[in-house]
Amino acid sequence: MTDRFKLAFYLLLAPLLLWLVLLILLPHLGMFVVSLREKVGIREYDTSFANYAVFFNEPLYWNTFARTAYMSIAATALTLLIGFPIAYYIAKLTRGRTKTTLFLMCLIPFWVSELVRTFGWMILLRETGIFSNLFQSLGLAVGPVEMLYNDAAIMTGLVYTSMLFMVVPLVTTLDSLDDSLIEAGYDLGASGFAILREIVIPHAMPGIVSGCIVVFMLSLGNYLTPILLGGKDSLWFTGLIYDQFITRFNWELGSAFGFLLLGLSSLIVFLGLKLSGQSLSKTMAQS
Amino acid sequence: MIVGIPQSSTFRWTYRAYVLLFFVYLALPLVTVCVFAFNDSLFPSLPWEGFTWAWFFGDEAPYIGVFHERPILRSIVTSGVVAFWVALLSVAVGTCNAFLFVRHEFRGKALLYILMLLPLIIPGIILGISILVFSSTVANTLEDATGLWFDGLRPGLILVVLGQFSFITTFATLVISARLQKFDPSLEEAALNLGATPWGAVRAVTLPYLFPAMAAAGVVAVLMSFENFNTTLMLVGSDAPLTITMFDRLKLGSTPVLNAVSLLLMVASAILGLASLLLQRRRE
Repeated sequence: MTDRFKLAFYLLLAPLLLWLVLLILLPHLGMFVVSLREKVGIREYDTSFANYAVFFNEPLYWNTFARTAYMSIAATALTLLIGFPIAYYIAKLTRGRTKTTLFLMCLIPFWVSELVRTFGWMILLRETGIFSNLFQSLGLAVGPVEMLYNDAAIMTGLVYTSMLFMVVPLVTTLDSLDDSLIEAGYDLGASGFAILREIVIPHAMPGIVSGCIVVFMLSLGNYLTPILLGGKDSLWFTGLIYDQFITRFNWELGSAFGFLLLGLSSLIVFLGLKLSGQSLSKTMAQS
Repeated sequence: MIVGIPQSSTFRWTYRAYVLLFFVYLALPLVTVCVFAFNDSLFPSLPWEGFTWAWFFGDEAPYIGVFHERPILRSIVTSGVVAFWVALLSVAVGTCNAFLFVRHEFRGKALLYILMLLPLIIPGIILGISILVFSSTVANTLEDATGLWFDGLRPGLILVVLGQFSFITTFATLVISARLQKFDPSLEEAALNLGATPWGAVRAVTLPYLFPAMAAAGVVAVLMSFENFNTTLMLVGSDAPLTITMFDRLKLGSTPVLNAVSLLLMVASAILGLASLLLQRRRE
């Protein structure tokens, strides 16, 4: 019996290990090794940090990197600001059927492919698009207005794409906040703002953290939205990685870029978890 | 609803208007895409030229509808094949993982669990390039050593399936584990007492209990596979799945055919989404 139990254990362990080792661990290790290779001749390589040096010596590269990071942070903050009142409304000011309906309505757009959503924004924002025509017919603008291919368009798309991942954890945590705590706050004479700061936000912190982490990661690693809504000059780091890999066929530099992006993303996740005292498994279970 | 809290009616109405505006924002791009699938014009934009079904059924240039557009039909089939394999593999491995993490205690379990969650926090494009680099390295080494060709390790559908599988399995594991945790082990013990073999008990008692979760995980896997773009982009070969074909078209300039495909995609995801909701409801 114990032998059989052992056998079952190894049979169950095998697919897990195959998956993690062959598709996650070894590829990332391999990518790191490739990023340390410097091409010195045809099929001849040296080990060095040359690719990372290229990154730090070329302003275009690290500017793009920094830009991607702060645009992602801005998108995360914006998503939180827009999503929080909605989550609060759903969790605290509605109940029963209305609540379920509103919650499901928040989820619906995300059953649709990101490509379709971005396409929708392109139709709305472009020079010959809906908004441009609307403004012209209202007399707000003379001639077509191009609203695509700028940072605001990228931001709109990023916030739209990530909204679900903010609203769902927020609704879950706010739902578990006992209403009587809020009422007690009012009874003791606190203002609405004080209650938000002292009761609601501290309670919602786990949801805020897990929402922010997921939204930041998704924005940082997004390719479609910045490229399609931001156009050729969107300067998004994933675009650079794609160029190095597919267009220029410089895998060494591309791997280095990939590793830098992975590093930044992991760092932010780590900091977010540390600052809020959460663990990865708990946070992921929430989202 | 919190009662007994004084709020001015201006505040209440502003709040409601904001919520309404938010849902308009959510719906706007999707509604736009759907509406312009029926515009009788060569471009998905205003002015409205009248209603037409041509972008679905048209077979005369320039009005070639989805159902007569070969490259798009072919890529839908490709996406379907990829989604099938991804769902099959990730549900199978996810079920094994669920049994391992719920039923077994062993050294390094916590570490393995964290590793299992890692694909969630790795950006999709990085997963794609790391698998691309690794498989190409392996292929080069094998080809140098044996002189044979290893096309399966070059960009193509096999790599696309593996790339999507590498992170969708995490979702499948989480969904199936959640259900297995609620299972009452005494049911399985009863089967053993009645003379069932351990495998027989699992097959006759536990797996049927897990089935709704496995089906839901399968549906989610199909949806995620169909929609995946980042990982697929880096691993795709000559047979492009639907999202890649649409992306290439979009870069060249769009026609309402893309709206029509999008509308069909939305209908299909809605049906699958509902199916998974129903499955989850049955689970509770």
